[in-house]
This record gives sequence, structure tokens and C-alpha cells, in this order.
Amino acid sequence: MTEVTKPSRLIVAPESRLKMPRHIKLRHDEGRNKWLILAPERVFEPDDISVEVLKLCDGERTVSDIAEKLAADYQAPADVILTDITAMLQELADKGVLKS
Amino acid sequence: MTDVTCGTAPTQKTVSDAPVTEATNCARAPIGLLAELTHRCPLQCPYCSNPVELERANTELSTADWQSVMRQAAQLGILQIHLSGGEPTARPDLEDIVATAAEVGLYTNLITAGVLLNKARLEKLRDLGLDHVQLSIQDVDPENAQRISAYKGGAEKKHEVAKWVRELDMPLTINAPLHRANIDSLPRIIDYAVEVGAGRLEVAHIQYYAWALKNRAALMPTREAFMKTVEIVDEAKERLKGILVIDFVVPDYYAKYPKPCMGGWGRGIMNVTPSGRVLPCHAAESLPGLEFDNVRDRPLAEIWLQGQAFQKFRGTDWMKEPCRSCPRKEIDFGGCRCQAFALTGDAANTDPACSLSPLHKDWAEVAARESHQNAPEFVYRRMGKTPPQPAKPTVDAE
Repeated sequence: MTEVTKPSRLIVAPESRLKMPRHIKLRHDEGRNKWLILAPERVFEPDDISVEVLKLCDGERTVSDIAEKLAADYQAPADVILTDITAMLQELADKGVLKS
Repeated sequence: MTDVTCGTAPTQKTVSDAPVTEATNCARAPIGLLAELTHRCPLQCPYCSNPVELERANTELSTADWQSVMRQAAQLGILQIHLSGGEPTARPDLEDIVATAAEVGLYTNLITAGVLLNKARLEKLRDLGLDHVQLSIQDVDPENAQRISAYKGGAEKKHEVAKWVRELDMPLTINAPLHRANIDSLPRIIDYAVEVGAGRLEVAHIQYYAWALKNRAALMPTREAFMKTVEIVDEAKERLKGILVIDFVVPDYYAKYPKPCMGGWGRGIMNVTPSGRVLPCHAAESLPGLEFDNVRDRPLAEIWLQGQAFQKFRGTDWMKEPCRSCPRKEIDFGGCRCQAFALTGDAANTDPACSLSPLHKDWAEVAARESHQNAPEFVYRRMGKTPPQPAKPTVDAE
């Protein structure tokens, strides 16, 4: 098989501007009273924090922006939040839930 | 975050839903519905998951029937619809069915062999709301793919379809059923999935029911060959993290514990056949003593909650030993009922895939013996008369 331009892994950094691709659907399921992420042949159950962060991933805000906003909203240290959400967003990116 | 899958592969788990009723034996809202729109298919793969007795075109549900199924499914809490077959694109009204499914908020997944598609139709389906395409391949080697599917030029056509899916910016899964006749291609299949821009690859060793059971000796890999695929997949998963999600299904002849078939009977998934029969799994018609309701006669929700076939093996009350006292009984739910019946004559027995089954040892020996013999000719999946028994092993010409 010939070598072609290979897709690469999205590495989440403070300056990344992330969003969910069109085929990823974050929705609140009324019957189950749960937030769900619908993805190709997968359903994920995000926790409350993931839901809040995902709603802020609009392709405009950077990961830093999101951390700062959460730090202000919850009166918590921004650097700790940044570390936490970077790990969480990386996990979601690896599952194909986010793109840059 | 809980990673819950709800596809059609028998290993997949179901979401932990709120109960929809207290009255029935642990019924919860299903998350997935496999809609077998037709059993017609231009390919004749010898491991087809359809039953050996295929349903005829003149018995198929109408467009309006399927649209009603989609609406009822959404009301019942189903999240994802897997439009399958046979070959679902053989139905000219696929567009109408997709449109209705999308309208009522279902996540739509087209499971296709691709060979009947053109780009304009795919684009139309996307615009109507189709969310995802799962494209099957038989092998990356065109000649071998042709031999496996008994369809000329399939690999080339599928390659085009994969390209169109990505050009239309739709997510793509490559589904490569794995068996003795293509197992050596696995590294190239993985490369291929990356090359065509798939986000997901399903590498499922064949499950031996129905057509595949008839072809078992032609399809069963050796244990050594199987073990090698485990290594290859483990390495590729690590290397391709964030690029390609690989879902791997092992052949249960070589497993220690059975799969939680359908994530547990009547627990998360339901299957509607081309003629409207509602099954707890696509092979359930092989079991005696089950009554299958039809969507033409009874509401889908009622079938799910109260249908005799769904209640029969739902939960764990039906279990005999060694399942009944087993700590894994709510992990694997005793494995596959259809396999238990096919191989032991009693659907309530432990699946012989389980090492605790008294039959497990004999069964592993069958796999060892058959996989080391010369492979017999394929019995191809064909509509019409019941296929003949597998031919006696012949000397492989190669």
C-alpha cells in the first residue's frame, strides 16, 4: 500500500479551538433524564462537567478561554481547571467526539 | 464518562437506562433497533448474518410500515437506527425511511455493502439526515474479495463509495468480517481503513450461526492465526489512537467466556425483519418455542415490553446452572441463546463458548480440527431453496 498523507491525532492544547463535528449529537434525553452523546454506533453518557465543557466547545473559544470562564463561574483556580479539562477533552477527541 | 456502544455486534454493551416499566422482567428502553429493510443482496457472502431461510421481496414491509416503525422507535426511547439488510440500498424508498427517522430524532446508521450506491444518492441521503455509513469490505485484495462475496468488481466499487462518503464529509466505518480466507490481510485492512479516512474500523471475527455455521470449516481460523490478530489489533489501537477507533470481536470458539449477546436478551436492542417480525436478536428465529410479534399487528412498545419472545430470556430468571449461580451472569448473560440451542439442543443451556460449559472442550476441539483441515468450498448465501450441507472437504487447489 502506497504512503499517502496520513491523518494525525488531534492533540488538545490550551490554544486549541474545538467543536463537535456535525455527526456528533449532544442531547438531553427526556425519557431517561440524561445527557447523551450520539456518535457512530456509540452512545456516550457524559457527566455534568463534560456536558458543560462540551457546550462551550464552539470552535471559537480556546481551551484556555473555557478554563478561564469555568474558573470565574466556579471560583476555582484556572490552571487546575485547564489541566483537568485538557485531559477530558483529549479523551473525547480520541473517541472522535471533537475536532479542531 | 461511560463508554456505551449500541451497535449490532454481539459484544457490545447497552446503556444503563432508567426502567420504563416496573411490570415486566427488567425491561428498559432499548437503545438500538436493527432494521433489516430487505433480505435481498447482490453479494453472497458465506457468513451472512441473515437467516438461512431468507424472506422474499413480496413479504417486505411497505414504506409507510417502516416509517411507522421509525416513529414508534423514537417514542419507545430508541436512540439509534441501524438500517441494514440484506442490502438496504436495494430498497428504492430508503430515502423516505431515512427522512422519517431523522425527522423524529433517531441517529441513523446505514450498514451497506455499497455496490448499489452512487454519489448523488448518497448525497441525497446525507441531506435527508443520514448520520453515518458503515461500509463492509470482504478483503483488500480484489480477487479474494470477489471469491468471498461471489460478486464481480465489488472491491473497486466499495473503494469509490468510501471515497464519496468522505468527500461528502460523512463519518465512515469500515466493517471487515474476519475469517480463515482473509485473516492474513488484517494489517492491510487496517492500513486501508486509515487510507480511506474511516474514523472507525470494525474487525469482527465471524460468529458461527446460520450461514456461517454451514461454512464453519471454510471460515474457522486456527488458534495461532487468531492469536496473531489479537496482537495486530492491540498494536494498531495504540499506534492509531485518535485516528482510528478499532472495535474487535473475537471468535468465541477461542474465547474463555461467552459474549453478552445483544448486550443481554431484550435488554438494549431489537431487530425488525423485512416482513416486520420483531426479534430479540437477528438469529432468534432459529430457536423453537418463541412467538414473534409483527409490527403490522402490535405496537412496537408492547412487543418490546410484553412480547413472549422478549420475555423468554430477559433477565436471569430463566438460567440453569452453571449460569444461575455464576458471578458473571449479569456480565455475559449466559452468552448466546442461539448458539446454545444449535450446539446443545437447549436454548437455556450455557453457551458452549463459556469455559464452564461441559461442551466447551469438545467444541474447541472441533475448531482446532476444522481449522487445520483443507478448507471446503463455500456454500454461498442464496435466496430460494435451503442450501445443501457443506461439501465434503476437498483438496485446496492453491
